[in-house]
Amino acid sequence: MSITTFIIISIIKSAAVIGILLTAVAYSVWLERKVSAHIQNRWGPTKVGPFGLLQPMADGVKFIFKEDLTQPHVYKPLYIAAPIIAVVFAITSISVIPFGNWVNVGPIQVGHSPNFGSWGTYLQITDVNIGLLIVLGITSMGVYGVALAGWSSNSKYALLGGLRASAQMISYEVSLGLSLVGVVLMAGSLSLRDIVDAQGGVFWHFIPRWNIFHGQTLAFFIYLISAYAETNRTPFDLPEAESELVAGYHTEYSAMKFAMFFMAEYANMVTVACIATLLFLGGWHGPLIFASPILQAIMPVVWFCLKVFFFMFLYVWVRWTLPRFRYDQLMAFGWKILLPLALANIVYTALVVAWRA
Amino acid sequence: MLTLALFLFFGAVCVAGAVNLLVQSHPINSALSLIVVMASLAAEYLLLGAEFVAAVQVIVYAGAIMVLFLITIMLLNAGKEDRTKGSRVATLLGVPGVVIGGVLVAWTLIHRSDMGSVAIGALPGDPKAIARLLFHEFLLPFEVTSVLILIAIMGAVVLASRPEAIARPHPGGPASQEERKLVAVGKARS
Repeated sequence: MSITTFIIISIIKSAAVIGILLTAVAYSVWLERKVSAHIQNRWGPTKVGPFGLLQPMADGVKFIFKEDLTQPHVYKPLYIAAPIIAVVFAITSISVIPFGNWVNVGPIQVGHSPNFGSWGTYLQITDVNIGLLIVLGITSMGVYGVALAGWSSNSKYALLGGLRASAQMISYEVSLGLSLVGVVLMAGSLSLRDIVDAQGGVFWHFIPRWNIFHGQTLAFFIYLISAYAETNRTPFDLPEAESELVAGYHTEYSAMKFAMFFMAEYANMVTVACIATLLFLGGWHGPLIFASPILQAIMPVVWFCLKVFFFMFLYVWVRWTLPRFRYDQLMAFGWKILLPLALANIVYTALVVAWRA
Repeated sequence: MLTLALFLFFGAVCVAGAVNLLVQSHPINSALSLIVVMASLAAEYLLLGAEFVAAVQVIVYAGAIMVLFLITIMLLNAGKEDRTKGSRVATLLGVPGVVIGGVLVAWTLIHRSDMGSVAIGALPGDPKAIARLLFHEFLLPFEVTSVLILIAIMGAVVLASRPEAIARPHPGGPASQEERKLVAVGKARS
């Protein structure tokens, strides 16, 4: 493959993935509003389009046309950079996530280059053998968006929110990272594709060999809880606790800059849900009911999307069910309960793997 | 070709970030330049083939340690610093030192052809190779380092915890003398 083809194909793939991700983000907001409404016995958005399905677009237009206020007391360069940082890292982390297996695209031709014959691709922008570490690295850089937003706003609510967010994200990143070590030990690889491939097959003809049923149940729950804290969602949404901090780190932001923080939060949720799906729920593996070749190609993606949707729904469900933690409870829970449990899980998994080998 | 161009680009970004770190007068901007240096170093490692080191560089340095730097600066609320002309010692010793160091490095690189070179992407940097090195050949140094770090952590905990917190490990326990005084003052005020 020549370098031009490589670049063109990469751009097409990236554009497609970013488009899908942003659509998913928009409809996660819709899902959140709709599910929360039904939990509270309301209707939620119903006016724009059928079932309010066009509401995200209306919201987007509204955000774009709102007045973009910049307070005189902010530190302007970082005030502008912070939402950009948040969104860029939130979107970049999707780049190594595989959505499905190999698909055949068929013959393609780019410009005057020769025909490549039948050409296929993995449903993934790029497969690197440290994929999991890359996701962790990029999410850890995402903290800067929140921290800098809090600091550069130069107001006490925003600063407190930013500090809380960064302290919380660093604390829970430890148990989040450690909960994944067990899965890595089982698969013997850091490549997300290898980890998913290691989860194919079934036990006793009906239980899938997903990691959640394969000795990593504890790790799954540690990951889930840490992920909620990492994405600043209820019950861990202290950085934007409206009853004490107005809106936390994005208090001073309006219009599209505020919407960018919103997008970053939901994009992070999607990424975290994708990682949970890949590492614990077997990625695109699932029962193949239909034998037709087209359905065989589509079903893995459908399974993947269903699992991600399940996690997104769970996010919303938890948010509208559980109250918020106190900050000292949050820190004590992270360091005194989750961290020892994650370490115990690593020791246990290592012993099992060593015993089997 | 593309790799070389990227390597040079990230090298330039790294140097520019380092210079900016020194030039900026605001601590936050300096810390951010340091993040740029760390991140572009990670990109250089990646281009050399040391993927694992690159990822760890981003996670540990750019992601965790620099966030702590940033939190500290935010909490201290350090403002813009005054610009001074710098110390005379630094000018008198520093400039010749940099020149001599640069000349030495250049001379060594030109005249010692037996030093060998590394092609871009040639280093065995995948996690398995690193793990083999750490847990087979360098196991003892690795473990000794981890013990050292553990000692440092314990020292930090001892230094950071106030004496009354040591005396009273549970928040629900009996209050210290100082806290009783504070409560009494609060009651008197109300």
